[in-house]
Amino acid sequence: METRKTIRVLVAKIGLDGHDVGAKVLTFWLRDQGMEVIYTGLRQTPEQVVQTAIQEAVDVIGVSILSGSHGAVAEKLTARMKECGLDDVLLLFGGTIPKDDVALLKGLGVHGVFTSHSRLEDISTFIRGKVTGEGAKND
Amino acid sequence: MAKSEKGPREVVSSLGTPVKCFYGPGDPGDFSYEEKLNDPGVYPYTRGIHPTMYRTALWTMRQYSGQATAESTNERFKYLLASGQTGLSLAFDLPTQIGLDSDMPLAADDVGKLGVAVDTWDDFARIFDGIALDQISTSFTINATAPIILAMYVLTGEKQGVDKKKLRGTIQNDILKEYIARGTWIFPPEPSIKLVGDLVEYCTTEVPRFNAISVSGTHIREYGASTVQSVALAISIAEVYLKEVLKRGSKIDEIAPLFSFHLPIGGRDFNFFEDITRLRAARRYWARLLKEKYGACDKRSLQFTFSTGGMGGGLTAEQPLNNIARATIYALAAVFSGTRSLNLACFDEVYAIPSDLAIRTSLRIQQILAHETGIADVVDPLGGSYYVETLTDEMEAKIGEIIAEIEGAGGIVAMIESGSIQRELAAQSYEIQKKINSGERVMVGVNRFRTQEEDRDIEIYKTDPETINRQLTRLAQVKEKRDRARVSQALAELEAAARAGVNIIPHLFAPISEMATVGEIIETLKKVYGTFKEPATV
Repeated sequence: METRKTIRVLVAKIGLDGHDVGAKVLTFWLRDQGMEVIYTGLRQTPEQVVQTAIQEAVDVIGVSILSGSHGAVAEKLTARMKECGLDDVLLLFGGTIPKDDVALLKGLGVHGVFTSHSRLEDISTFIRGKVTGEGAKND
Repeated sequence: MAKSEKGPREVVSSLGTPVKCFYGPGDPGDFSYEEKLNDPGVYPYTRGIHPTMYRTALWTMRQYSGQATAESTNERFKYLLASGQTGLSLAFDLPTQIGLDSDMPLAADDVGKLGVAVDTWDDFARIFDGIALDQISTSFTINATAPIILAMYVLTGEKQGVDKKKLRGTIQNDILKEYIARGTWIFPPEPSIKLVGDLVEYCTTEVPRFNAISVSGTHIREYGASTVQSVALAISIAEVYLKEVLKRGSKIDEIAPLFSFHLPIGGRDFNFFEDITRLRAARRYWARLLKEKYGACDKRSLQFTFSTGGMGGGLTAEQPLNNIARATIYALAAVFSGTRSLNLACFDEVYAIPSDLAIRTSLRIQQILAHETGIADVVDPLGGSYYVETLTDEMEAKIGEIIAEIEGAGGIVAMIESGSIQRELAAQSYEIQKKINSGERVMVGVNRFRTQEEDRDIEIYKTDPETINRQLTRLAQVKEKRDRARVSQALAELEAAARAGVNIIPHLFAPISEMATVGEIIETLKKVYGTFKEPATV
């Protein structure tokens, strides 16, 4: 049997929002799905997150944000990722994100947006699909 | 009996105890009316802290609000007062909660987003323009920067000619739960507890009608605590603050009456009767704790005073109008538990901060219950129910058990510093989510009774993108007008007071009056107190 590469994920809290139980629940879930997950802790800057992503050689960055500042954060983060050449890293946003803003985030280069509608399986299936090319590729 | 006949569903409470199909005269076993219940307004206050409760005064209907700038918040406050709301509740933006000014780089994305931006006293005073502070009570959801906000309220009252002894309201001032759940900490726990004590001590003599602390179980519950844990942890945290003030020489009956609690109703693992009974149990537990452990005599010390909040965590993005039904049931539970004040999460809260329509609907739910249903006519109408009294006893025992476990683990502060409590609750939250995922815990519209939803356009409140620019202009103007030397002098005196370890509240008035910013005051205090470093918890 071939050993499959373990997917590495960075779960990040950017900005001042301190609501991180969702980020932690996602961390537990992705670990239970066999992924390696690092959680940044609170109050990170986009620069710090990109630096950690490079150091940890992650395949995925998942940003959790419930404070309404997802637009501004996505702009800074995607710009920084481009500067640092993280083009292959899958970028996901999750949290309290109004429907109208989903297109905005995707326009900035966010690959997947998961809101309160999403189930945990949706997120892990999406990651697996995009990173390994397996499974459903639902957006 | 035919073998195919199904037995009744097995039900286990969140305490792990089996729930019978019905309860009778033998439940609970050792029932004594005088000892366990007694009349409302009489020790141990199980049935309520006042003899007549809602027959004398309805609960305060308080919707959490505040956004963007001082002007828009002032406008919304006036709108809510005109709609019949009887108390104000103020939300601050994250930079204000964490002690950053709107012009600091880390604040940029969050200015005016989740509440009003307060950089200086100038902003704060404008929020209450044309609102007489001796006519209303105001609730402030603020913790790390609570001393500054209280000082600003006192100064605003003074400016209106209202003596601080007449100010009414509540300030959250509960920093410990911020390390567990909400994350708006600044300093490490030890100096933070000292500041909580400063505020309580100051209010005892100077602002005696103000609830100087509102220990909140709500965020802890949203973070994964069970319904009874949210109450037990809040009481455990309250004891830390009580001890902090007692060691300064205050008497228990001087300070305990200033303590109040804010506790959640609802959630992903909501149970109507459990939410009610753990609050009845908390009243009895607190009364006995204060009397037996702390030797309190004043009945106001023994009365467990709480407000409630209908939780956002149990509301769903799916079929959002269902949330109005959920909020109604939360409100009913809150009223049956004898709440003094109620804030209900709004049906659109899963999407963004509530729209005017959603806030009004939450207020109308409360008004319908108060005026159209008769539930406010009789105090503790569930009292004496075999089931309710049995569950109340079980809840009281569990509260004691959890508090003893915390003490056994070295106390709640040690658990916060090591991150063990944060870890435990996050793991519990994950367990609940797994039960929802598997369908074991039913959530209507989420894992059962799903429908292809019509694309209903919910009117979503949007922060005006010009907010930050307006706020930056205002701040620049205030900074230009102030006397820089006097600001520095006042901040230096504050720093000296902090270093001396004295109560800093009286030393905040000078810098605030000189228009020192919230950020400048906090940076000054950081030099003395340091900054909290988060432990790794997952």
